[in-house]
Amino acid sequence: MRVYLDNNSTTPISDEVKKEIVSAMDVYGNPSSLHQFGVEARNIVEKARLRIAQALGCDNQEIIFTGGGTESDNLAVRGYLKTTSKKHIITSAIEHHAVYNMFNELEKEGYRVSRIGVDKNGILDIEQLKEHLSEETAIVSIMLANNETGAVQPIAEVVSAVKSIYPHIIVHTDAVQAFGKMKFKVKDLGVDLLSVSAHKINGPKGVGALYVRKGVKIKHLVSGGHHERNIRPGTENVAGIAGFGLAAELSVSGIDRNNGQLEKLKIKFIKGIRESIDNITVNGDPEKTLSNTVNVSFNNVEGESVIMMLDMHGIAVSTGSACTSGSLEPSHVLKAMGADPVSSQGSIRFSMGKYTTEDEIDYLLEKLPSVIERLRKMSPLERESK
Amino acid sequence: MEQYSSKVMEHFTSPKNVGEIENPSGVGHVGNPVCGDIMELYIKVDDKEVVTDAKFKTFGCGAAIATSSMVTEMIIGKTVDEAEKVSNRAVTEALGGLPKVKMHCSVLAEEALKKAIDDYRERSKDEKNNKDNKG
Repeated sequence: MRVYLDNNSTTPISDEVKKEIVSAMDVYGNPSSLHQFGVEARNIVEKARLRIAQALGCDNQEIIFTGGGTESDNLAVRGYLKTTSKKHIITSAIEHHAVYNMFNELEKEGYRVSRIGVDKNGILDIEQLKEHLSEETAIVSIMLANNETGAVQPIAEVVSAVKSIYPHIIVHTDAVQAFGKMKFKVKDLGVDLLSVSAHKINGPKGVGALYVRKGVKIKHLVSGGHHERNIRPGTENVAGIAGFGLAAELSVSGIDRNNGQLEKLKIKFIKGIRESIDNITVNGDPEKTLSNTVNVSFNNVEGESVIMMLDMHGIAVSTGSACTSGSLEPSHVLKAMGADPVSSQGSIRFSMGKYTTEDEIDYLLEKLPSVIERLRKMSPLERESK
Repeated sequence: MEQYSSKVMEHFTSPKNVGEIENPSGVGHVGNPVCGDIMELYIKVDDKEVVTDAKFKTFGCGAAIATSSMVTEMIIGKTVDEAEKVSNRAVTEALGGLPKVKMHCSVLAEEALKKAIDDYRERSKDEKNNKDNKG
Protein backbone atom coordinates (compact mmCIF):
# COMPACT_ATOMS: atom_id res chain seq x y z
CA MET A 1 0.00 0.00 0.00
CA ARG A 2 1.23 3.53 -0.80
CA VAL A 3 -0.03 6.29 1.48
CA TYR A 4 0.78 9.93 0.79
CA LEU A 5 0.59 12.03 3.95
CA ASP A 6 2.84 14.89 2.88
CA ASN A 7 0.24 17.20 1.36
CA ASN A 8 1.71 20.31 3.00
CA SER A 9 4.80 19.72 0.83
CA THR A 10 2.80 19.30 -2.33
CA THR A 11 -0.37 17.64 -3.57
CA PRO A 12 -1.35 15.37 -6.45
CA ILE A 13 -2.92 17.17 -9.41
CA SER A 14 -6.61 16.39 -9.68
CA ASP A 15 -7.93 14.87 -12.92
CA GLU A 16 -10.09 17.91 -13.68
CA VAL A 17 -7.09 20.22 -13.31
CA LYS A 18 -4.93 17.98 -15.45
CA LYS A 19 -7.51 18.14 -18.25
CA GLU A 20 -7.74 21.92 -17.95
CA ILE A 21 -3.95 22.21 -18.28
CA VAL A 22 -3.71 19.89 -21.24
CA SER A 23 -6.45 21.69 -23.15
CA ALA A 24 -4.83 25.08 -22.38
CA MET A 25 -1.58 23.76 -23.82
CA ASP A 26 -3.16 23.66 -27.25
CA VAL A 27 -3.64 27.41 -27.05
CA TYR A 28 -0.14 28.47 -27.85
CA GLY A 29 -0.54 32.18 -28.50
CA ASN A 30 1.19 34.77 -26.35
CA PRO A 31 -1.41 36.44 -24.13
CA SER A 32 0.20 39.82 -24.90
CA SER A 33 -0.23 39.47 -28.69
CA LEU A 34 -2.97 41.42 -30.41
CA HIS A 35 -4.01 38.74 -32.91
CA GLN A 36 -6.61 36.08 -32.27
CA PHE A 37 -4.04 33.51 -31.16
CA GLY A 38 -3.01 35.93 -28.44
CA VAL A 39 -6.58 36.79 -27.52
CA GLU A 40 -7.43 33.11 -27.00
CA ALA A 41 -4.53 32.77 -24.58
CA ARG A 42 -5.43 36.08 -22.87
CA ASN A 43 -8.96 34.78 -22.32
CA ILE A 44 -7.62 31.69 -20.56
CA VAL A 45 -5.41 33.79 -18.26
CA GLU A 46 -8.22 36.21 -17.45
CA LYS A 47 -10.72 33.43 -16.76
CA ALA A 48 -8.26 31.94 -14.27
CA ARG A 49 -7.64 35.36 -12.72
CA LEU A 50 -11.35 35.77 -12.14
CA ARG A 51 -11.63 32.30 -10.59
CA ILE A 52 -8.80 33.06 -8.17
CA ALA A 53 -10.23 36.48 -7.35
CA GLN A 54 -13.57 34.86 -6.55
CA ALA A 55 -11.91 32.21 -4.42
CA LEU A 56 -10.10 34.91 -2.45
CA GLY A 57 -12.98 37.36 -2.38
CA CYS A 58 -11.32 40.21 -4.22
CA ASP A 59 -11.34 42.04 -7.54
CA ASN A 60 -9.65 40.32 -10.48
CA GLN A 61 -7.50 43.42 -11.00
CA GLU A 62 -5.94 42.71 -7.62
CA ILE A 63 -4.38 39.37 -8.69
CA ILE A 64 -0.83 39.14 -10.06
CA PHE A 65 0.34 35.76 -11.36
CA THR A 66 3.81 34.61 -10.27
CA GLY A 67 6.02 31.55 -10.46
CA GLY A 68 4.88 30.20 -7.08
CA GLY A 69 4.50 30.92 -3.38
CA THR A 70 8.14 31.76 -2.73
CA GLU A 71 8.18 34.30 -5.55
CA SER A 72 4.90 35.81 -4.34
CA ASP A 73 6.37 36.29 -0.85
CA ASN A 74 9.52 37.90 -2.22
CA LEU A 75 7.61 40.09 -4.66
CA ALA A 76 5.28 41.26 -1.88
CA VAL A 77 7.92 42.21 0.67
CA ARG A 78 10.83 43.28 -1.51
CA GLY A 79 8.50 44.81 -4.09
CA TYR A 80 6.95 47.01 -1.41
CA LEU A 81 10.28 47.90 0.24
CA LYS A 82 11.44 49.32 -3.11
CA THR A 83 8.78 52.02 -2.76
CA THR A 84 9.65 53.25 0.73
CA SER A 85 12.66 54.58 2.64
CA LYS A 86 11.50 53.08 5.95
CA LYS A 87 13.97 50.53 7.29
CA HIS A 88 12.14 48.57 9.99
CA ILE A 89 10.36 45.33 9.08
CA ILE A 90 8.44 42.83 11.21
CA THR A 91 7.83 39.11 10.82
CA SER A 92 7.18 36.09 13.05
CA ALA A 93 9.58 33.46 14.38
CA ILE A 94 7.67 30.67 12.63
CA GLU A 95 7.55 31.69 8.97
CA HIS A 96 8.15 29.37 6.05
CA HIS A 97 11.72 29.63 4.74
CA ALA A 98 10.49 31.77 1.83
CA VAL A 99 9.82 34.58 4.30
CA TYR A 100 12.14 33.50 7.13
CA ASN A 101 15.28 33.47 4.98
CA MET A 102 14.24 36.56 3.03
CA PHE A 103 14.08 38.52 6.31
CA ASN A 104 17.49 37.12 7.34
CA GLU A 105 18.87 38.43 4.06
CA LEU A 106 17.10 41.78 4.38
CA GLU A 107 18.69 42.11 7.81
CA LYS A 108 22.12 41.66 6.24
CA GLU A 109 21.18 44.27 3.66
CA GLY A 110 20.64 46.82 6.43
CA TYR A 111 17.00 46.50 7.50
CA ARG A 112 16.14 46.33 11.19
CA VAL A 113 14.11 43.15 11.74
CA SER A 114 11.74 42.32 14.60
CA ARG A 115 10.75 38.65 14.88
CA ILE A 116 7.59 38.17 16.92
CA GLY A 117 7.33 35.09 19.11
CA VAL A 118 4.52 32.59 19.54
CA ASP A 119 2.92 30.78 22.49
CA LYS A 120 3.32 27.06 23.21
CA ASN A 121 0.64 26.29 20.61
CA GLY A 122 2.48 28.23 17.95
CA ILE A 123 0.08 31.19 17.88
CA LEU A 124 1.47 34.71 17.40
CA ASP A 125 1.87 36.99 20.44
CA ILE A 126 -0.07 40.08 19.34
CA GLU A 127 0.91 42.13 22.39
CA GLN A 128 4.56 41.62 21.52
CA LEU A 129 3.82 42.68 17.96
CA LYS A 130 2.23 45.94 19.19
CA GLU A 131 5.36 46.77 21.19
CA HIS A 132 7.51 46.60 18.07
CA LEU A 133 5.37 48.78 15.80
CA SER A 134 6.75 52.23 15.08
CA GLU A 135 6.64 55.15 12.70
CA GLU A 136 9.71 53.62 11.00
CA THR A 137 8.01 50.25 10.32
CA ALA A 138 7.51 49.60 6.62
CA ILE A 139 5.87 46.18 6.48
CA VAL A 140 4.60 43.36 8.69
CA SER A 141 4.68 39.85 7.19
CA ILE A 142 2.96 37.10 9.20
CA MET A 143 1.77 33.79 7.76
CA LEU A 144 -1.90 32.81 7.83
CA ALA A 145 -1.36 29.12 8.69
CA ASN A 146 1.90 27.44 9.58
CA ASN A 147 3.25 24.76 7.27
CA GLU A 148 4.77 22.57 10.00
CA THR A 149 2.07 22.61 12.68
CA GLY A 150 -0.95 23.93 10.79
CA ALA A 151 -1.42 26.60 13.51
CA VAL A 152 -3.79 29.30 12.23
CA GLN A 153 -2.61 32.84 12.99
CA PRO A 154 -4.90 35.72 14.00
CA ILE A 155 -4.24 37.82 10.90
CA ALA A 156 -7.41 39.93 11.10
CA GLU A 157 -6.35 40.94 14.62
CA VAL A 158 -2.83 41.63 13.40
CA VAL A 159 -4.20 43.94 10.73
CA SER A 160 -6.43 45.87 13.14
CA ALA A 161 -3.65 46.11 15.74
CA VAL A 162 -1.29 47.51 13.11
CA LYS A 163 -3.65 49.77 11.19
CA SER A 164 -5.38 51.28 14.23
CA ILE A 165 -2.09 52.84 15.32
CA TYR A 166 -0.11 53.11 12.07
CA PRO A 167 -2.34 53.06 8.98
CA HIS A 168 0.72 53.49 6.75
CA ILE A 169 2.22 50.09 7.64
CA ILE A 170 1.64 47.45 4.96
CA VAL A 171 0.55 43.97 6.08
CA HIS A 172 1.46 40.90 4.03
CA THR A 173 0.39 37.35 4.78
CA ASP A 174 1.79 34.14 3.35
CA ALA A 175 -1.45 32.19 2.82
CA VAL A 176 0.18 29.36 0.86
CA GLN A 177 -0.78 26.69 3.44
CA ALA A 178 -4.12 28.24 4.38
CA PHE A 179 -5.60 28.70 0.90
CA GLY A 180 -8.18 26.05 0.10
CA LYS A 181 -7.85 24.55 3.61
CA MET A 182 -9.64 27.19 5.69
CA LYS A 183 -12.35 29.68 4.80
CA PHE A 184 -11.24 33.26 4.47
CA LYS A 185 -11.78 36.30 2.29
CA VAL A 186 -9.00 38.83 1.82
CA LYS A 187 -11.42 41.67 2.57
CA ASP A 188 -12.25 40.13 5.98
CA LEU A 189 -8.58 39.71 6.82
CA GLY A 190 -7.91 43.29 5.76
CA VAL A 191 -4.37 42.55 4.51
CA ASP A 192 -2.66 44.56 1.78
CA LEU A 193 -0.73 41.68 0.21
CA LEU A 194 -1.39 37.92 0.27
CA SER A 195 0.54 35.03 -1.32
CA VAL A 196 -0.94 31.78 -2.66
CA SER A 197 0.39 28.82 -4.61
CA ALA A 198 -1.23 26.30 -6.98
CA HIS A 199 0.56 23.07 -6.10
CA LYS A 200 -0.67 23.00 -2.49
CA ILE A 201 -4.29 22.79 -3.71
CA ASN A 202 -4.09 19.93 -6.22
CA GLY A 203 -2.87 22.27 -8.93
CA PRO A 204 0.39 22.40 -10.92
CA LYS A 205 3.84 23.33 -9.60
CA GLY A 206 5.56 26.55 -10.66
CA VAL A 207 2.58 28.89 -10.52
CA GLY A 208 1.30 31.14 -7.78
CA ALA A 209 -0.36 34.48 -7.27
CA LEU A 210 -0.06 37.62 -5.21
CA TYR A 211 -3.08 39.60 -4.11
CA VAL A 212 -2.24 43.31 -4.15
CA ARG A 213 -4.97 45.43 -2.58
CA LYS A 214 -6.17 48.26 -4.82
CA GLY A 215 -4.19 51.38 -3.96
CA VAL A 216 -1.10 49.52 -2.68
CA LYS A 217 1.98 50.14 -4.82
CA ILE A 218 4.72 47.54 -5.28
CA LYS A 219 7.57 47.43 -7.78
CA HIS A 220 8.82 44.64 -10.01
CA LEU A 221 11.91 42.67 -8.93
CA VAL A 222 13.05 41.55 -12.37
CA SER A 223 13.17 43.80 -15.41
CA GLY A 224 11.21 43.08 -18.55
CA GLY A 225 7.99 43.80 -20.39
CA HIS A 226 4.64 45.17 -19.28
CA HIS A 227 3.09 41.89 -18.15
CA GLU A 228 0.97 41.65 -15.02
CA ARG A 229 0.58 45.42 -14.64
CA ASN A 230 4.36 45.96 -14.92
CA ILE A 231 4.80 44.16 -11.61
CA ARG A 232 5.78 40.72 -12.86
CA PRO A 233 7.38 40.77 -16.32
CA GLY A 234 7.63 37.61 -18.41
CA THR A 235 5.20 35.75 -20.64
CA GLU A 236 2.52 34.15 -18.49
CA ASN A 237 2.56 30.41 -17.81
CA VAL A 238 -0.79 30.06 -19.56
CA ALA A 239 -1.38 26.33 -19.03
CA GLY A 240 -0.22 26.46 -15.39
CA ILE A 241 -2.40 29.50 -14.74
CA ALA A 242 -5.40 27.73 -16.29
CA GLY A 243 -4.83 24.77 -13.95
CA PHE A 244 -4.39 27.07 -10.97
CA GLY A 245 -7.68 28.84 -11.70
CA LEU A 246 -9.66 25.62 -11.69
CA ALA A 247 -7.78 24.21 -8.69
CA ALA A 248 -8.61 27.36 -6.70
CA GLU A 249 -12.28 27.16 -7.64
CA LEU A 250 -12.52 23.45 -6.76
CA SER A 251 -10.66 23.74 -3.46
CA VAL A 252 -12.78 26.62 -2.22
CA SER A 253 -16.11 25.15 -3.37
CA GLY A 254 -15.24 21.79 -1.80
CA ILE A 255 -13.83 23.17 1.44
CA ASP A 256 -16.67 22.17 3.79
CA ARG A 257 -16.88 18.63 2.45
CA ASN A 258 -13.11 18.15 2.57
CA ASN A 259 -12.66 19.63 6.02
CA GLY A 260 -15.51 17.57 7.42
CA GLN A 261 -13.80 14.40 6.23
CA LEU A 262 -10.33 15.59 7.31
CA GLU A 263 -11.49 16.51 10.83
CA LYS A 264 -12.89 13.01 11.28
CA LEU A 265 -9.62 11.43 10.13
CA LYS A 266 -7.58 13.80 12.27
CA ILE A 267 -9.53 12.90 15.42
CA LYS A 268 -9.23 9.21 14.63
CA PHE A 269 -5.49 9.47 14.02
CA ILE A 270 -4.73 11.45 17.20
CA LYS A 271 -6.87 9.11 19.31
CA GLY A 272 -5.26 6.10 17.67
CA ILE A 273 -1.64 7.10 18.31
CA ARG A 274 -2.42 8.23 21.88
CA GLU A 275 -3.77 4.75 22.55
CA SER A 276 -0.97 2.83 20.88
CA ILE A 277 2.21 4.86 21.51
CA ASP A 278 3.35 6.34 24.82
CA ASN A 279 5.55 9.39 25.42
CA ILE A 280 4.33 11.46 22.49
CA THR A 281 3.43 15.15 22.20
CA VAL A 282 0.87 16.48 19.75
CA ASN A 283 2.39 19.87 18.87
CA GLY A 284 -0.05 22.75 18.82
CA ASP A 285 -3.72 22.94 19.72
CA PRO A 286 -5.68 20.65 17.34
CA GLU A 287 -8.63 23.08 17.66
CA LYS A 288 -6.57 25.95 16.28
CA THR A 289 -4.83 24.12 13.43
CA LEU A 290 -5.73 23.30 9.86
CA SER A 291 -7.96 20.25 9.51
CA ASN A 292 -5.37 18.37 7.47
CA THR A 293 -2.23 18.79 9.63
CA VAL A 294 -1.07 16.83 12.67
CA ASN A 295 2.42 17.42 14.07
CA VAL A 296 3.59 14.85 16.61
CA SER A 297 6.81 14.46 18.57
CA PHE A 298 7.78 10.86 19.25
CA ASN A 299 10.17 11.41 22.10
CA ASN A 300 13.59 9.72 22.11
CA VAL A 301 13.64 8.94 18.39
CA GLU A 302 14.90 11.11 15.56
CA GLY A 303 12.54 12.24 12.81
CA GLU A 304 14.49 11.26 9.73
CA SER A 305 14.78 7.65 10.81
CA VAL A 306 10.99 7.58 11.37
CA ILE A 307 10.44 8.93 7.83
CA MET A 308 12.77 6.31 6.35
CA MET A 309 11.11 3.42 8.16
CA LEU A 310 7.61 4.59 7.27
CA ASP A 311 8.79 5.01 3.69
CA MET A 312 9.69 1.32 3.64
CA HIS A 313 6.03 0.63 4.44
CA GLY A 314 5.02 2.97 1.59
CA ILE A 315 3.96 5.79 3.90
CA ALA A 316 5.17 9.31 3.03
CA VAL A 317 5.47 11.91 5.81
CA SER A 318 7.98 14.62 6.64
CA THR A 319 9.86 16.04 9.61
CA GLY A 320 9.31 19.27 11.38
CA SER A 321 13.05 19.43 11.77
CA ALA A 322 14.54 20.49 8.47
CA CYS A 323 17.92 18.92 7.88
CA THR A 324 20.12 21.85 7.01
CA SER A 325 23.57 21.40 5.55
CA GLY A 326 26.29 20.42 7.97
CA SER A 327 24.18 19.95 11.04
CA LEU A 328 20.73 18.82 11.97
CA GLU A 329 19.09 21.87 13.42
CA PRO A 330 15.83 21.41 15.24
CA SER A 331 12.87 23.10 13.57
CA HIS A 332 12.77 26.88 14.17
CA VAL A 333 9.01 26.60 14.49
CA LEU A 334 9.00 24.08 17.35
CA LYS A 335 11.89 25.94 18.97
CA ALA A 336 9.83 29.15 18.92
CA MET A 337 7.02 27.18 20.60
CA GLY A 338 9.42 26.29 23.40
CA ALA A 339 9.76 22.58 22.59
CA ASP A 340 12.88 20.91 23.98
CA PRO A 341 15.49 19.68 21.46
CA VAL A 342 14.79 15.96 21.93
CA SER A 343 11.11 16.45 21.30
CA SER A 344 11.79 18.67 18.25
CA GLN A 345 14.18 16.13 16.77
CA GLY A 346 11.47 13.50 16.94
CA SER A 347 8.72 15.57 15.37
CA ILE A 348 6.82 14.31 12.36
CA ARG A 349 4.32 16.19 10.25
CA PHE A 350 1.38 14.18 8.94
CA SER A 351 -0.46 16.25 6.35
CA MET A 352 -3.56 14.77 4.77
CA GLY A 353 -5.22 15.83 1.55
CA LYS A 354 -8.53 15.56 -0.24
CA TYR A 355 -7.70 12.06 -1.44
CA THR A 356 -6.75 10.69 2.00
CA THR A 357 -8.98 7.78 3.03
CA GLU A 358 -9.87 6.15 6.32
CA ASP A 359 -8.20 2.93 5.13
CA GLU A 360 -4.95 4.85 4.77
CA ILE A 361 -5.15 6.17 8.33
CA ASP A 362 -5.90 2.62 9.54
CA TYR A 363 -2.82 1.39 7.69
CA LEU A 364 -0.70 4.16 9.24
CA LEU A 365 -2.01 3.34 12.71
CA GLU A 366 -1.15 -0.32 12.09
CA LYS A 367 2.48 0.38 11.05
CA LEU A 368 3.49 3.38 13.16
CA PRO A 369 3.68 1.80 16.66
CA SER A 370 6.16 -0.89 15.59
CA VAL A 371 8.35 1.66 13.79
CA ILE A 372 8.57 3.84 16.90
CA GLU A 373 9.14 0.82 19.13
CA ARG A 374 11.96 -0.41 16.92
CA LEU A 375 13.74 2.93 16.89
CA ARG A 376 13.25 3.40 20.62
CA LYS A 377 14.93 0.04 21.23
CA MET A 378 17.99 1.48 19.47
CA SER A 379 17.86 4.81 21.31
CA PRO A 380 20.14 5.50 24.29
CA LEU A 381 17.70 8.21 25.41
CA GLU A 382 14.95 5.67 25.96
CA ARG A 383 16.85 4.03 28.85
CA GLU A 384 17.76 7.40 30.38
CA SER A 385 14.15 8.53 30.42
CA LYS A 386 13.01 5.37 32.22
CA MET B 1 19.26 15.67 -0.40
CA GLU B 2 21.46 13.05 -2.03
CA GLN B 3 20.18 9.48 -1.86
CA TYR B 4 21.55 6.95 0.59
CA SER B 5 23.54 4.06 -0.88
CA SER B 6 22.07 0.55 -0.81
CA LYS B 7 24.64 -0.40 1.84
CA VAL B 8 23.47 2.43 4.10
CA MET B 9 19.87 1.31 3.62
CA GLU B 10 20.84 -2.27 4.41
CA HIS B 11 22.49 -1.25 7.70
CA PHE B 12 19.62 1.09 8.52
CA THR B 13 16.89 -1.49 7.92
CA SER B 14 18.76 -4.40 9.51
CA PRO B 15 21.33 -2.86 11.82
CA LYS B 16 23.89 -5.24 13.29
CA ASN B 17 24.82 -5.34 16.97
CA VAL B 18 22.09 -3.15 18.43
CA GLY B 19 22.05 -3.08 22.21
CA GLU B 20 24.31 -2.83 25.22
CA ILE B 21 26.99 -5.13 26.64
CA GLU B 22 26.79 -6.10 30.30
CA ASN B 23 30.11 -5.46 32.04
CA PRO B 24 31.70 -3.90 28.95
CA SER B 25 35.45 -3.39 28.65
CA GLY B 26 34.85 0.14 27.37
CA VAL B 27 32.02 2.54 26.50
CA GLY B 28 32.06 5.62 24.24
CA HIS B 29 29.27 8.17 24.52
CA VAL B 30 29.19 11.08 22.05
CA GLY B 31 26.79 13.71 20.69
CA ASN B 32 23.86 15.61 22.14
CA PRO B 33 20.21 16.08 21.26
CA VAL B 34 20.70 19.64 20.02
CA CYS B 35 22.93 18.50 17.16
CA GLY B 36 20.53 15.65 16.54
CA ASP B 37 22.66 12.56 17.14
CA ILE B 38 23.71 10.58 20.19
CA MET B 39 25.82 7.42 19.91
CA GLU B 40 26.82 4.93 22.55
CA LEU B 41 29.36 2.30 21.62
CA TYR B 42 30.13 -0.69 23.87
CA ILE B 43 33.15 -2.97 23.41
CA LYS B 44 34.23 -6.24 24.99
CA VAL B 45 37.96 -6.96 24.84
CA ASP B 46 39.62 -10.26 25.82
CA ASP B 47 43.01 -10.70 27.51
CA LYS B 48 44.72 -10.94 24.11
CA GLU B 49 43.52 -7.36 23.43
CA VAL B 50 41.05 -8.56 20.78
CA VAL B 51 37.62 -6.92 20.43
CA THR B 52 35.34 -9.92 20.82
CA ASP B 53 32.04 -8.03 20.81
CA ALA B 54 30.71 -4.55 20.05
CA LYS B 55 27.23 -3.13 20.41
CA PHE B 56 25.61 0.29 19.94
CA LYS B 57 22.67 2.43 20.84
CA THR B 58 21.98 5.46 18.66
CA PHE B 59 19.51 8.32 18.62
CA GLY B 60 19.81 9.83 15.17
CA CYS B 61 19.07 9.83 11.48
CA GLY B 62 19.41 6.93 9.04
CA ALA B 63 23.09 7.67 8.45
CA ALA B 64 23.83 7.77 12.18
CA ILE B 65 22.26 4.34 12.67
CA ALA B 66 23.99 2.87 9.62
CA THR B 67 27.45 4.19 10.58
CA SER B 68 27.02 2.87 14.14
CA SER B 69 26.11 -0.54 12.81
CA MET B 70 29.00 -0.54 10.33
CA VAL B 71 31.62 0.49 12.85
CA THR B 72 30.66 -2.36 15.21
CA GLU B 73 30.96 -4.84 12.34
CA MET B 74 34.36 -3.48 11.34
CA ILE B 75 35.98 -3.71 14.76
CA ILE B 76 34.81 -7.13 15.96
CA GLY B 77 37.76 -9.53 15.63
CA LYS B 78 40.35 -6.77 15.42
CA THR B 79 42.90 -6.03 18.12
CA VAL B 80 42.38 -2.80 20.03
CA ASP B 81 45.31 -1.19 18.20
CA GLU B 82 43.85 -2.19 14.82
CA ALA B 83 40.37 -1.06 15.81
CA GLU B 84 41.73 2.31 16.81
CA LYS B 85 42.87 2.86 13.24
CA VAL B 86 39.35 2.50 11.81
CA SER B 87 38.66 6.01 10.55
CA ASN B 88 35.47 7.81 9.63
CA ARG B 89 36.65 7.64 6.02
CA ALA B 90 36.95 3.84 6.20
CA VAL B 91 33.44 3.58 7.66
CA THR B 92 32.06 5.87 4.95
CA GLU B 93 33.78 3.87 2.23
CA ALA B 94 32.48 0.59 3.63
CA LEU B 95 28.98 2.07 3.45
CA GLY B 96 29.42 2.97 -0.21
CA GLY B 97 29.58 6.69 0.62
CA LEU B 98 27.36 9.11 2.51
CA PRO B 99 25.56 12.26 1.38
CA LYS B 100 27.73 15.33 2.11
CA VAL B 101 25.38 16.69 4.76
CA LYS B 102 25.64 13.36 6.60
CA MET B 103 29.43 13.13 6.79
CA HIS B 104 29.33 14.33 10.40
CA CYS B 105 27.61 11.04 11.31
CA SER B 106 30.71 9.08 10.34
CA VAL B 107 32.86 11.52 12.32
CA LEU B 108 30.63 10.88 15.30
CA ALA B 109 31.04 7.10 14.87
CA GLU B 110 34.82 7.47 14.83
CA GLU B 111 34.69 9.63 17.96
CA ALA B 112 32.48 7.08 19.73
CA LEU B 113 34.97 4.34 18.84
CA LYS B 114 37.96 6.36 20.07
CA LYS B 115 36.18 7.15 23.32
CA ALA B 116 35.27 3.50 23.88
CA ILE B 117 38.91 2.51 23.37
CA ASP B 118 40.14 5.30 25.67
CA ASP B 119 37.65 4.14 28.25
CA TYR B 120 38.87 0.55 27.87
CA ARG B 121 42.51 1.66 28.38
CA GLU B 122 41.61 3.71 31.45
CA ARG B 123 39.74 0.79 32.93
CA SER B 124 42.53 -1.73 32.28
CA LYS B 125 45.07 0.68 33.78
CA ASP B 126 42.93 0.96 36.91
CA GLU B 127 42.54 -2.82 37.04
CA LYS B 128 46.28 -3.30 36.70
CA ASN B 129 46.92 -0.75 39.45
CA ASN B 130 44.39 -2.46 41.70
CA LYS B 131 46.05 -5.83 41.10
CA ASP B 132 49.51 -4.35 41.74
CA ASN B 133 48.28 -2.74 44.95
CA LYS B 134 46.75 -5.98 46.13
CA GLY B 135 49.78 -8.01 44.95
